[in-house]
Amino acid sequence: MSTTSDVLGRLHARPAAARWRNPGLWLGMLALLLVGLWPVVSGQAATREVIFTMLLAIALASSLNILMGYTGYVSFGHVVFFGLGGYVSMFLLSLGQPLWVAVPAGGVASGVLAFLLGKAILRLRGTYFALATIGINEAMRTFINNFGPFGGSTGISLNFSVYGNYGGAANALWLAYYAVLALALLAILVSYIVKTSKFGLGLMAIREDEDAAEVMGVFTPNAKTWAYVISAIIPGMVGALFFFKNGNIEPADAFRLQFSIETLVMIMLGGQGTVLGPILGALGYQQLRSFLLTNAFFKDYQLVIAGVLLLLIVLFIPAGAVGWLRKRFPRLRNVLP
Amino acid sequence: MISALSASLIDGLMIGLVYGIAAMGLTLIWGVMRVINLAHGAIIALGMFGIYLLFTNLGLNPYLGLLVVAVAGLLGGMLLYQLTIRRVINAPYLSTLLATFAINMIIIGLGTAAFSTSPRNVDFTLGSTNLGEITILNTRLVAALAALGITIGLYLFLFRTRPGKYVRAVANNRTAAELMGIPSSRILALSFGIGVMLAAVAGALIATFFPFTILSGDPYQLKSFVIGVLGGLGNPLGALVGGLILGVLEGIVPNFMPNTWVPVLEFMLFVLILLVRPSGLFGAKR
Repeated sequence: MSTTSDVLGRLHARPAAARWRNPGLWLGMLALLLVGLWPVVSGQAATREVIFTMLLAIALASSLNILMGYTGYVSFGHVVFFGLGGYVSMFLLSLGQPLWVAVPAGGVASGVLAFLLGKAILRLRGTYFALATIGINEAMRTFINNFGPFGGSTGISLNFSVYGNYGGAANALWLAYYAVLALALLAILVSYIVKTSKFGLGLMAIREDEDAAEVMGVFTPNAKTWAYVISAIIPGMVGALFFFKNGNIEPADAFRLQFSIETLVMIMLGGQGTVLGPILGALGYQQLRSFLLTNAFFKDYQLVIAGVLLLLIVLFIPAGAVGWLRKRFPRLRNVLP
Repeated sequence: MISALSASLIDGLMIGLVYGIAAMGLTLIWGVMRVINLAHGAIIALGMFGIYLLFTNLGLNPYLGLLVVAVAGLLGGMLLYQLTIRRVINAPYLSTLLATFAINMIIIGLGTAAFSTSPRNVDFTLGSTNLGEITILNTRLVAALAALGITIGLYLFLFRTRPGKYVRAVANNRTAAELMGIPSSRILALSFGIGVMLAAVAGALIATFFPFTILSGDPYQLKSFVIGVLGGLGNPLGALVGGLILGVLEGIVPNFMPNTWVPVLEFMLFVLILLVRPSGLFGAKR
């Protein structure tokens, strides 16, 4: 005789098993891995640079999507975590710490900042939250501009000998590339795990109606704070690797608001609140950008075309590519996470 | 020391009034339609270039040019509303933020292609006035007076005319206003137009005393956020007071610490006010 708890048990067991059999997730990650390994096979530095930018964008967009797409809190100044992670790790590197200490330290610093800010600014809703994140990014940028230990407005430049520890500059660039590939894959996995977890369900409940979620037993202040922390750690580490590869960091590069908003555009393009959306959006946006920048005719109008495209998406396909597919073809919902 | 302080205080007050009307444009749009206009800075830059082109190419007196810029801003703003904002006004706030940011990208992109990013200045001077030991640049004085005049004009419009009453009614409760027979979509367009006009005029006034590039609007947009939040988003008079506070801060602080600390204080104040009193120092008028 089957009891109620049996039925409930089976109900719970099914999604848990199916959770790891989602073809969209694995095919997506496999495709990304192949793209990521392409420059390794071909050995071309130019291809590597192009794909590096894409992987960077995927890692950032997937992370921000946890806060923006799942929780419904739009952080306009998310680049603050990228910049802070970069600064902390460059500071450690310049003190002679190894990369494997500096990069996690960048991630931890960003996570801690998000945790400290979280409870305070996540009380603000909607536009007020968006404005506060802009304010924090600008406060950080202007503060570091004056902050002596981080080099003030000139920033921190790595001594060339630092790369010697990693088999010379050429090898160090490859090392940074592999690390960013790993982080991009990790970001996608984290995004999927969050989305299919009970915690993620709570976040999506907050997105739909925060007061109702609270009544239903989601402890919203903590849930939001953890979403914020999770979405900050990988950008912190990616920032660390980006500036390690770059060799120097300065406030205007590290905390560029424009960069933050470009990440939002990628998420919108692919579809917010989906796992695959930020990946597609990041790939699409970077492809378009590099095409426009290298095309003699469009070179001067790169920003205009990106603006028109963004406007058209916002006006006509606000759900983004993956969101549109999921809405148009409901069957795809099972395979496109 | 005292005279240096009072000189920077007066300078700060005058510039603060101009910041005030820039922020007033932002806060008026927010108050009426709950839209944060991220194209605000780009429009300020267009105002700067408007007066620059009229003065340099046509030799038009900058203060006559100001009128042209104002009319163009009003009409351009209404057109922009009809083309874009109208479609996202009921969408989630992310859509309005991204739509206005897209407009910002388009304006900055076209502006950069047309004017490059090299600095310009309106080569125009009105001399200066001496008050004892203090010297005041007349362009700044005129700009401050113009800003005051514009504020008074805006208030007379909002509180003494019928369309102004409509604007306040729509800001207060759009549905109820529609039920009373107010053509809300035209009023929203008008409000957006006025907001854009204020931004363009503020840019034009700033151009009479500071050099600028097509990218100069951004810092003023951020200042407008700070001022708007200080005075309470949606409260135009609060914006003027917020502008004065910011202007005085910018005038006084460099006497005590390096200039570069001013924005740090501004943004910390901004975040603090958002956290402690999101309705602003004087409470938003709803």
